[in-house]
Amino acid sequence: MTNEGVNKSKRQFLTSALTVVGAVGTGFIAVPFLSQMQPSAKAMAAGAPVDVDLTKMEPGQLIRVAWRGKPVWVLNRTPDVLETLTTLTDKLADPLSNESLQPDYCKNEFRAIKPEIFLAVGLCTHLGCSPTFRPEIAPPDLGNDWKGGFFCPCHGSWFDLAGRVYKGVPAPTNLEIPPHKYVKDTLITVGEDNEEARA
Amino acid sequence: MKNRIGQCTDWFLSRFPLVKLWNEHMAHYYAPKNFNIWYFFGSLALFVLVNQFVTGIMLTINYKPDAKLAFDSVEYIMRDVNWGWLVRYMHSTGASAFFIIVYLHMFRGVIYGSYKHPRELIWIFGMLIFVALMAEAFMGYLLPWGQMSYWGAQVIISLFSAIPVIGDDLSLWIRGDYVIADATLNRFFAFHVIAVPLVLLILVFLHIVALHEVGSNNPDGIEIKESKDPFGVPVDGIPFHPYYTVKDIVGIGVFLFFFATVIFYMPEMGGYFLEHANFIPADPLKTPEHIAPVWYFTPFYAILRAVPDKFAGVIAMGGAIVVLFLLPWLDRCKVKSIRYRGGIYKKAVLLFVISFIGLGYLGTQPATPGATLVARILTVIYFGFFLLMPLYTRWEKTKPVPTRLTHQPSLEERLPGWIEFFNEVFPQTPVKDSHGNTVMKRRPDRTAMINALIRFAKKLKESLD
Repeated sequence: MTNEGVNKSKRQFLTSALTVVGAVGTGFIAVPFLSQMQPSAKAMAAGAPVDVDLTKMEPGQLIRVAWRGKPVWVLNRTPDVLETLTTLTDKLADPLSNESLQPDYCKNEFRAIKPEIFLAVGLCTHLGCSPTFRPEIAPPDLGNDWKGGFFCPCHGSWFDLAGRVYKGVPAPTNLEIPPHKYVKDTLITVGEDNEEARA
Repeated sequence: MKNRIGQCTDWFLSRFPLVKLWNEHMAHYYAPKNFNIWYFFGSLALFVLVNQFVTGIMLTINYKPDAKLAFDSVEYIMRDVNWGWLVRYMHSTGASAFFIIVYLHMFRGVIYGSYKHPRELIWIFGMLIFVALMAEAFMGYLLPWGQMSYWGAQVIISLFSAIPVIGDDLSLWIRGDYVIADATLNRFFAFHVIAVPLVLLILVFLHIVALHEVGSNNPDGIEIKESKDPFGVPVDGIPFHPYYTVKDIVGIGVFLFFFATVIFYMPEMGGYFLEHANFIPADPLKTPEHIAPVWYFTPFYAILRAVPDKFAGVIAMGGAIVVLFLLPWLDRCKVKSIRYRGGIYKKAVLLFVISFIGLGYLGTQPATPGATLVARILTVIYFGFFLLMPLYTRWEKTKPVPTRLTHQPSLEERLPGWIEFFNEVFPQTPVKDSHGNTVMKRRPDRTAMINALIRFAKKLKESLD
């Protein structure tokens, strides 16, 4: 073969064509490669609803249950606590829960179906630590502004006993409230509610 | 027989450029003759990399990447596998040692201007190694499946969810489940053992190829290639082998002394190398009271915590690493070595070191309001060092740079000075002993001590100008 008579435009065309075909092929194979890292069908199927029995709950008590691998808190709030919650509005970042995640039936001041029973996913909306339950008022380590609530030890976020976030802390929104319903007065099902449309 | 070996050698050498490679990178690779202690850390990093590879392979032989089995398999390695404790402690201590070495190696680059023209690309490759190393360490820390493994990973993966629009899907994709779970552990194992080590190896290769193309910088920050003898050899250069290979072996010996001390006497390093909470199996329902990353992430973690907004915090944390990449272009000063740079840069570096160590300390502590305030101030200093650099490096009053390497006093040459100093501060004074005889004994002299301190402070101030 000689170097004479090289058809440069043909070469250029073939090079470009091969590049395009190669890029398309890479794009196609990227889909299965990347999506195999998505949650598997098994992981998505897990997450059955959980029942919580309230009969043995005492005033002020917090119990933790696991739902979809996450901690869910159920807190029995006393009238004192509920009264304190109404006084906090101007210290909170989102007192009316406009920016936060909760079912519509919990989008109220106490963020609950029944004010005395509070239910939330126990993971900080900042970076997912589980905040600690600190019901006492003005403990030495948190100072006089503390009216009882949930304190995230990881990055110092403050939440009140309705899971509402304080101003000036790293967490952006209130604690998430999972869908739930009362099967009867003393039995809650977490992960299911009566609003079929929400499913 | 001898002839046969010769024939085999010839056969091999005619098919592989071993001699050429050896000469180019060892026997005829000329490095500046004035390397000081800071220049040990490159070869030490390579040494620790090998340690991590070897011990890592041994650990995978007995480790089980399964959420139900992982914690127990680590305990099995610690208790039942022959010498398993040694291999694991070599690996876990090696991880911390790697970061100590890499941070010192990077600091060397900062004080001697090793990132400057023509070595910008070496710095970029080095930074990529640093990022890959952080990914490697983070994923490796999940594998023991203790409380800190679990909640540390939870926090770091949640960082991605702060990214607007795609964040939640991205963190879900990384986890492979709605929470940190078996799927996460299994894939982190794959990345930690195969993917990231391969990337690291390639990056180290590129780092060294780029270095050997332009040649090493040195404490004087001048190019030894600019003064060559008639044979084209830099007059201030010495062949890497045998001079620096032998010197680096001494460095490795000293390193091993410290490394072995940690492995045998304090493998957890008081909770800094292996955190106490990680000896409790992962519990998805309960975060440990005080959660902190391993020490080498704490400066960046403190920056994250200092910012009172989720997304801005993540940006600041990422930015703290991104600005390091930009260092070669932020620094406008032509002089490389801190020996000839202006006082303003020396003070800036000092402030930077204080802020980095301070943030590192605060990152290990609980987030009290006072600590957060200090962390905010230090974060501003950290970013100020980099972002104000284009300004203050322009005003710098630099000193004249020599054309040839300068002579630094050696240990032997410094010795008489030290003896004199000792005699001054601890002079021989007549003292009465218990029998009433006068004997000469060394006693500390208060005024001499104060004088020495004043001299030291003056010297310190001078060296910062």
